[in-house]
Amino acid sequence: MTDIAIVGMAQTPYRRRRDDANFAELIYGVTCEALDDAGLEIGDIDNFITVSNDFWDGRTISSMAVQDACGSSFDGGRNVSTVEGDGTFGLLYGMMRILSGAYQTTLVVVHCKGSEGNMRLITNGMFDYIYTRPLGIEATGAAALQARRYMDKYKLTEEDFAHVSIKNRGNALRNPNAQLAETLSLDQVMASKPIASPLKLHDISPISDGAAAVVLAHRNVANKLGRKPVWVKGIAHCSEAHFLGDRDLAEAPALRDAAFRAYQMAGIEDPFAEIDLVELYDAYSYMEPLWFEELGFCPKGKGAELIRLGATAFDGPLPVNPSGGVLSAHAVLVAGLARVIEASLQIRGEAGERQVEGPVELALAHGINGPCGQSHCVVILGE
Amino acid sequence: MSRSAEENIIFDGRIRMPYKWAAGETSSYFLTQLRDHAKLWGTRCSVCQVIFIPPRKNCPRCVTADTTWVELPSSGVLQTFAVIYFSEPLLQPSEPPYIYGIVKLDGADTGLTHFLGEVAPGELRSGMRMEAVFKNKEDRSGLITDLLYFRPEGGSAS
Repeated sequence: MTDIAIVGMAQTPYRRRRDDANFAELIYGVTCEALDDAGLEIGDIDNFITVSNDFWDGRTISSMAVQDACGSSFDGGRNVSTVEGDGTFGLLYGMMRILSGAYQTTLVVVHCKGSEGNMRLITNGMFDYIYTRPLGIEATGAAALQARRYMDKYKLTEEDFAHVSIKNRGNALRNPNAQLAETLSLDQVMASKPIASPLKLHDISPISDGAAAVVLAHRNVANKLGRKPVWVKGIAHCSEAHFLGDRDLAEAPALRDAAFRAYQMAGIEDPFAEIDLVELYDAYSYMEPLWFEELGFCPKGKGAELIRLGATAFDGPLPVNPSGGVLSAHAVLVAGLARVIEASLQIRGEAGERQVEGPVELALAHGINGPCGQSHCVVILGE
Repeated sequence: MSRSAEENIIFDGRIRMPYKWAAGETSSYFLTQLRDHAKLWGTRCSVCQVIFIPPRKNCPRCVTADTTWVELPSSGVLQTFAVIYFSEPLLQPSEPPYIYGIVKLDGADTGLTHFLGEVAPGELRSGMRMEAVFKNKEDRSGLITDLLYFRPEGGSAS
C-alpha cells in the first residue's frame, strides 16, 4: 500500500493516423480531460512528468514539445521532469516525486505518433551499434525470436497464440478507443500474412497515434477530492540484459522480480485468487501468456491453455485485457499508461460497455519497454 | 479555439546524423580478430566463470573487471530463429525472406544473434548444430558482418 492515488485520467482514441493534431494538441486534450476528471485546475498541479521518445518524435529532448500543452509552464513554470520509456515508468517516477515530500500532486502525460516515423528504423535503433543493429533487426524480428523460443521450450503452437488475438480483438469491439476491433476466426489468424515467422499479421499490434494522462495525488489531497481515488497499492520496475543472446527469451526474470515486489508491497499472496482483472502489454499475441505466467497467475507454459479454456475471457474468472489490449491499439509508450487507465476505470466501475461483470476491487496493470520486454513495470491498483 | 483548419498540412522530414562510434577496447579486439583471423572470442568472468559473447570488459552479472579472453569455436547450437518476410528497403541488408538466429557457440554461456544461411526455413529446428561462415579475408573489414551467417554444420540440414 502506498500513499498515492490516481485521481484523474484521460486518453485519446487510438487511431492509425491523426493528421488533425500534433503532439502538443494531443497532450492538451488529455491534460484538460484528466484535470476535469480529477476536479482540479492546472494551478493545483505542482509537478509534471512528460513521457516521450526522441526517435519516435524525431527531435532531441522531445519532452519539450509538450511543455506548453501539459501546463508545466503555467504561472511562470512548475517543476517538470521527463521519462523516455513506457508510460508506467512515468507513473512510477511521478509517484517517487510525490513521495519525496516536495509535491502533493503530479500530472503524468505521454504521447506517441507511430504513424509519423518509420517503426522498423526506429526500433532497429534500440539495438547496440556494433553487434546487433548492423543486422537490420528490429522489434518484430526480435519478437519472432522470442516467440519461437517460447514455443519450443514449452511445446506451444501458433494456434495457441492465435487465440489471444481472437480474444483481444473481440474484446476491443466494446472499446470505442480501440483501433482494431474485429471478430476473428482461428482460420483467419492462421492464414494471415507471415511477417516474421512464427508471427503473422494478426499476431502483431498495430501502429497507432495517441496520448494519455493521469493525475496522481498524495493521500492528503486525494481524500479531499469528490471522486473515488484509485490507490496504487503496489508498484515495481525491473530490467534485464540488453543483448538478446544473454537472455533465455522464454523467461522474463525481470517481470517475475517486479511482480514479486509489487505483490509484496500490496500484500498479495495468491495473485490468481486475489486480483480481479489484468491489463497487460500484449504487443504481440505470444506476450500475453508469457507475461501472464511470469506474473505468477499460472505455471510456466500453461498460460495458453487457460486462454483457450476461457479463464481470461471477458466473462471469465480473471479477465485479461478486456479493453482489447495492446493488440488492438499500440501507441508506443502510451500503451502502458493506457493499461493503468483501463484498470482504473474498471475499479471505478466507469468502463462503460467494456465494464466486466462483478466488482473489480484489485487490478493489475503492466508496461514494458525495450526489445522482447527487456524492462517491466507492474502496478497493483485498488479501491 | 473555435476555427478548425480546412486542410491538414503535413511536413516531410528526415534526420541524417553521421556518427563516429568508438568500438572500445574490448570490441576492437573482438573485431580485429574476426577481421584478421576469422576467429570469435568471448570473455570469461574470473569470478562467476560465465563466458560472454559479445565480449564485455566487465562481467555484467557480478560486475567485476577480472575477465579473460577465451577463443571460442565457430560452431554451436541453434537456440531460436525467425524468418523475416516483411520488406523495409531502408533497413534491410538483403531482400526478404531471410533468417535470423541465436547460436550458442560451444563453451559459451550466451548466444550470438546473427543471420542463418544455406538452409530453407522448413529445415530449421532449434537445437540443431550450426557453424559460422565468414567472408573471404580480402573482403573482411572489422564489422560483425565479416561473419556472413551460420549454416547447418556440415553445410546442409538434410
